[in-house]
Amino acid sequence: MDSIEKTKPVGLLEENQIAEFIHHARELEHPRELIIDILRAIQKNHGWVPDEGIELTATILGLTPLEVEEIATFYDKIFRRPVGRFPIHICDSICCWTRGGEGVAAYFQQQLGIEFGQTTEDGMFTLLPSCCLGGCGRAPGVMIDHNFYGELTPDKVDRLLADLRQEVQA
Amino acid sequence: MSQTPQLLFKNRRPGETVFMDGYRATGGYQALEKAFRQMTPQELRELVKAAALRGRGGAGFPTGVKWTFFPSDAPGPKYLVCNCDEMEPGTYKDGELLMADPHQLVEGMIVSAFALQTDIGYIFIRYAYEKQAEHLRRAVVEATEAGYIGKNILGSGFDFELHVHGSAGRYILGEETALLNGLEGKRPNPRLKPPFPATRGLFGRPTTVNNVETIANIPHIINGGAEWFLDLALTPDGSGTKLFGLSGHLNCTECFELPVGIPLREVVENYGKGVLHNHTFKACLPGGASTPYLTAEHMDVALDFDSLAAVGSRFGTAGVTVFDDRTCMVAVTLNLIRFFARESCGWCTPCRDGLTMVRWLLEMIDSGKGTPEHLEMLKDQLKNISGKSFCALAEGAMGPVAGLLTHFEQEIVDHIEKGCCPFRK
Repeated sequence: MDSIEKTKPVGLLEENQIAEFIHHARELEHPRELIIDILRAIQKNHGWVPDEGIELTATILGLTPLEVEEIATFYDKIFRRPVGRFPIHICDSICCWTRGGEGVAAYFQQQLGIEFGQTTEDGMFTLLPSCCLGGCGRAPGVMIDHNFYGELTPDKVDRLLADLRQEVQA
Repeated sequence: MSQTPQLLFKNRRPGETVFMDGYRATGGYQALEKAFRQMTPQELRELVKAAALRGRGGAGFPTGVKWTFFPSDAPGPKYLVCNCDEMEPGTYKDGELLMADPHQLVEGMIVSAFALQTDIGYIFIRYAYEKQAEHLRRAVVEATEAGYIGKNILGSGFDFELHVHGSAGRYILGEETALLNGLEGKRPNPRLKPPFPATRGLFGRPTTVNNVETIANIPHIINGGAEWFLDLALTPDGSGTKLFGLSGHLNCTECFELPVGIPLREVVENYGKGVLHNHTFKACLPGGASTPYLTAEHMDVALDFDSLAAVGSRFGTAGVTVFDDRTCMVAVTLNLIRFFARESCGWCTPCRDGLTMVRWLLEMIDSGKGTPEHLEMLKDQLKNISGKSFCALAEGAMGPVAGLLTHFEQEIVDHIEKGCCPFRK
């Protein structure tokens, strides 16, 4: 546990989460199958995965930070840089494209005043292009916090952004 | 209109998810009882082979044949892995199935594991399907409490544990060996085959990987029998029903359970309620983003594996994406290639560099800067990439490019001659 104490930054994982992952890893013949679970847990708590999160994951699983890093950087839903409170994954695949997805993406950018890959100044929203989200029947759509919002129009986008802002204030 | 018996969507109600009580109320877990009390693993494998079930994840390989390759009597741990990565654009059927009725997959996993004598199962599920993953985790707990998962299931002496493993994005994880690397917590590049997963798969042990819809069909085959399952299809060689996810320029873009072999026209007109805004049908992807286009001349083609192969396309996942007559097929193909090029894992050169090249060529043509040389280079890339890549990703990516060149080469020529997209106002 010594090394964990040294690499434990605030807000990445709760004490009991660390204990649970260590316990679970000890039970498994191949503990590294937990890499994504741990990275996702860190991201859920912290919003993104900083270097300290890579080191913490490596320490829990007995891996090198590099072994964790090469996994973390492969996946587009693991963030290695800070993002806003609500990363907005905008589908740019074919079904959304046929139903006005490009217009919806442009409207998000216009309303938020940011380009893809950027975060609003208030730290609320990050816009990210995404491949198909499995909402093809309700195109065009976006995913925010594991929720899919489909059949989007400018009106619906306005309401969605207002609702999310209110959710944070509440 | 809908005469199709509903197997997989039997319990589907808008906005609802059925769990143990509701699933049992319509006959859930009767197949499991029958399998464990009255059948041997060998009989189960023979039954699935006789039912001619073909893989519902895109490749269409006969499931029963795949299962006969599996060394079910090998000592030591063996794995059954369910592929719920479902990230091919236009494909959302597995997500719909799991939103409605997750126990079907759980029951299917248990009886399939018994048939294959695999003691550990994983359901590998994509990041965007976290709600479905939660439903599955609850269903696994319920099935464990009911004694269907765990030690000595129904007194059979067979033990089985089942895990739900969430992913974090990337289409390549749908490739079965990349999925196995991802599940192990390794960088998910595909593996060299052979050895095939049946001999050395997850953690180097014998493994079978099957799609969600494939596995969910197994309990129905046990209940209804092979003959009944074969008779569900409209084509003589086909079997079963299929989940068709409709999308694109249709009035109704929902997911339907329809017989294998249903003609494209019926899907478009009766279920899709015709082309959006009374426009004309121009083309469709019949089974996801990697399947070569069908055109209006294919309206009477039966949607089944062999009949679609005969017209140069594939049944794939039966995600049907329709394009109306105002759609630029160069732009469609460019959108698809952008997806595949971005999702390439970068492991092999034909995929990493080849798809990037194809994307550049289509961008040149789409923007009106294309030349006849670009068209020739595009044709050349078909030969350089198809059949040359390490896994099926680049092969699939070139499906729409092949379709573009076969059916819509004139649109490419028009772009080059006019110096702009003829469809853009």
